[in-house]
Amino acid sequence: MYIQLNDEQKMLRDEVRRFADEVVKPIAKETDEKGIFPTDVIRQAGEMGLTGVAVPEEWGGAGMDVISYCIVVEEISRVCGSTGVILSVNNSLVCDPIMKFGNDEQKELFLKPLAAGEKLGCFALTEPGAGSDAAALRTTARRDGDDYVLNGNKVFITNGTHADVAIVFASVDLALGHKGITAFLVPAEIDGYSHGIHEYKLGVNGSGTTELAFEDMRIPAAFRLGEEGEGFKVAMSTLDGGRIGIASQAVGIAQGAFEEAVQYAKEREQFGKPISSFQAIQHYLADMSTELDAARLLTWKAAWTKMNRKRFTLEAAQAKLYSSEMAQRVTNLAVQIHGGYGYIREYNVERYFRDARITEIYEGTSEIQKMVIANWVLNQG
Amino acid sequence: MSELTFELNEEQQLLREEVRRFAVERIRPGTAERDKNHEFPKDIIAEMAEMGLLGMMVPEAYDGAEMDVLTYAIAVEELATVCPSVAVTMSVTNSVCCWPIQEFGSDEVKEAVLPELAAGGAIGGFGLTEPGSGSDAGSMKTVARLEGDEWVIDGEKAWITNGAYGKYFVVLARTSPGKGTQGISAIVVPSDAPGFRVGGSEEKMGLKASNTTALYFDSCRVPASYLLGEEGKGFRIAMATLDHSRVGIAAQSVGIHQRALELAVSYAKERVQFGVPIAKHQAIQFKIASMATELAAARTLTYYAASRGHSPEAGRLASQAKLYASEAANRACWEALQIHGGNGFCEDYEIARLYRDVRITTIYEGTSEMQRMVIARHLTR
Ligand SMILES: Cc1cc2nc3c(=O)[nH]c(=O)nc-3n(C[C@H](O)[C@H](O)[C@H](O)COP(=O)(O)OP(=O)(O)OC[C@H]3O[C@@H](n4cnc5c(N)ncnc54)[C@H](O)[C@@H]3O)c2cc1C
Ligand SMILES: Cc1cc2nc3c(=O)[nH]c(=O)nc-3n(C[C@H](O)[C@H](O)[C@H](O)COP(=O)(O)OP(=O)(O)OC[C@H]3O[C@@H](n4cnc5c(N)ncnc54)[C@H](O)[C@@H]3O)c2cc1C
Repeated sequence: MYIQLNDEQKMLRDEVRRFADEVVKPIAKETDEKGIFPTDVIRQAGEMGLTGVAVPEEWGGAGMDVISYCIVVEEISRVCGSTGVILSVNNSLVCDPIMKFGNDEQKELFLKPLAAGEKLGCFALTEPGAGSDAAALRTTARRDGDDYVLNGNKVFITNGTHADVAIVFASVDLALGHKGITAFLVPAEIDGYSHGIHEYKLGVNGSGTTELAFEDMRIPAAFRLGEEGEGFKVAMSTLDGGRIGIASQAVGIAQGAFEEAVQYAKEREQFGKPISSFQAIQHYLADMSTELDAARLLTWKAAWTKMNRKRFTLEAAQAKLYSSEMAQRVTNLAVQIHGGYGYIREYNVERYFRDARITEIYEGTSEIQKMVIANWVLNQG
Repeated sequence: MSELTFELNEEQQLLREEVRRFAVERIRPGTAERDKNHEFPKDIIAEMAEMGLLGMMVPEAYDGAEMDVLTYAIAVEELATVCPSVAVTMSVTNSVCCWPIQEFGSDEVKEAVLPELAAGGAIGGFGLTEPGSGSDAGSMKTVARLEGDEWVIDGEKAWITNGAYGKYFVVLARTSPGKGTQGISAIVVPSDAPGFRVGGSEEKMGLKASNTTALYFDSCRVPASYLLGEEGKGFRIAMATLDHSRVGIAAQSVGIHQRALELAVSYAKERVQFGVPIAKHQAIQFKIASMATELAAARTLTYYAASRGHSPEAGRLASQAKLYASEAANRACWEALQIHGGNGFCEDYEIARLYRDVRITTIYEGTSEMQRMVIARHLTR
């Protein structure tokens, strides 16, 4: 057991933190308020290698490890939750499955530009009638010669407003249930593909969430990711990795809120002294830091398990569940420590508080994580 | 430079197996009976001494096992899953008695007492608390004065673990009145010192097979060389000792939590209501998922604190681990008892004892409130 970052990881952390503070933070408030997708930030992040952190260099990535990926998402989310999820999705929901399930031509055509930040990806699983119950999706893919023809609708797709490539899940035969689900790599410029305008949301408001529609959209069979019927497996194994990203996002948001809370508590005076001298405030800070450390450790543990073991489903679900619930508590206390100012948009904690909320919902709600964990403990442990 | 890893090294894995085997084979069969009869596990402690479990961190030069803090924590955890009373008897000897002696003792006192504690079958204790001085340890009234080449101690200590069975005690006493915590010193007191007397055993809610008593000092005389460190440094020695030992209580909590989860899982799979095992009801599954997730968080925090024992943050990390692990273990026992329904309220079921045993973990070696004060001090200074 040795839990310290190596020199490369520390350098990466310092570099990303500088980028976050100097480039991302100054526009974070506007990104959120106006729902502006931070195109320029993502371009710069791509140049730094942050769009394909764990993708090997030969496929356009930065060739780093999963812990490094956690560091990137945490540091960015520490100043902007929207940018954090944009990067998390591109890295773990888009690059990862192509790396794992794609063939060399697909990697050449799709992975290289996505990992290098020349293109942006999105992951399209959820539908109006299929959220937690993803296997109930209704989008269809009909084989037609060398093509598939896709019809259907997706909702809540992060990066959807700006994505160049979508990984789309559709069924080749609805009667087969989850065994009919198949994954496709879809270039956004293809005929029959369209997206809506961004959803106006409670938090992570700059992340380009939108719906996608496919109308007789013709995809070459060569763009099928994995085998026919393998899509559900692709989706579930991808989400295992994605959950490490969302756990990191939650840790980052909470860390940002925590730092603001410590500073505010030292500066704000009431009853003639800094509020940090009051025991109630001190104890809030103690609980926040304890839970933050626990969440970060669980997240790194999941990342380490992903790198060193075959299965990391349990570790990823625990990291995601704990970190996202932790982020609610920590951002809530950060608002509390700020008093009325915490409720005012001028102060960042108000945004952190809103941004944290989604981490318990997407990439599997807390309830879904608990189902995964309970199944593991009761039946496989 | 080492790479980050969550894996235990070979020595730690082997020791875990050895202690687990011993605990299951030798300790478990009598745990319930000893609890019922308030019977101190003398024979078991003697066997543990032979295994080297009482001086785990003591240097080999003094017949100790010279293992690291993490290995020690793992041993405590394994013992606690089977019997928290045995675990605390062992952890007190290792970390609040041996450790300050090995760190701060003169050669003379080390030679006189460490081999006996580490390998001779003697156990030890730590006398800090007094009837009027608990969390506010600096307000202690016990005094000691130097007379020739002897310390003469007068006063009383309360709730001392291993009181009636300990051969050596690290006792805190005021040596320079009027100097506050700067006037407190740490002195090793053998139980056969003239003027030393042990009170009756306390009747406790839990940990009934551990021994807790008052200690009385009536012109009690010990050699001058039994002072630890310098005169006036005792309070700092006590605090350093507790920083160190809290990892042990965190590990004890983790062991109890682990057992509570095991009991909950096996009961939930067996108990049938509404025609199915209660493990099929989602509410029960979710309790189990939360217990398992908090256990992972507590264990990781504890191992992390143990593995970072020499860092400048060691005190904060130990307090975080103790705070989180003890509170999580209390929640886990509460939920595990709930899962047992009425049976859980009956002493035939192990969870009833665990529920009583676990309650102490947020109180001794610094209450949760004291841990939060320690952590907050690190954050706001
Ligand atoms: C901002 C945002 C970004 C998103 N990004 C993406 C994306 O990029 N790609 C994508 O594919 N999807 C995305 N989603 C969709 C997201 O993953 C889903 O919202 C999520 O999976 C939950 O589905 P749902 O909203 O339909 O809720 P539902 O599944 O309808 O759940 C409603 C409630 O019921 C609970 N519930 C459901 N089933 C059970 C059960 N069996 N037992 C107990 N409780 C249950 C849920 O936990 C929840 O509390 C995004 C959503 C949002 C809001
Ligand atoms: C089974 C058992 C074994 C023990 N073993 C040992 C041993 O081996 N050696 C030893 O020296 N001691 C031992 N103790 C004593 C133990 O460490 C003390 O009980 C503990 O430190 C708390 O002190 P107290 O009981 O006097 O509570 P108090 O200090 O009176 O505290 C009562 C409550 O007030 C809170 N409180 C106190 N001060 C503050 C403050 N400033 N701010 C906020 N809240 C505060 C506490 O957190 C607690 O909730 C043992 C106790 C037990 C029960």
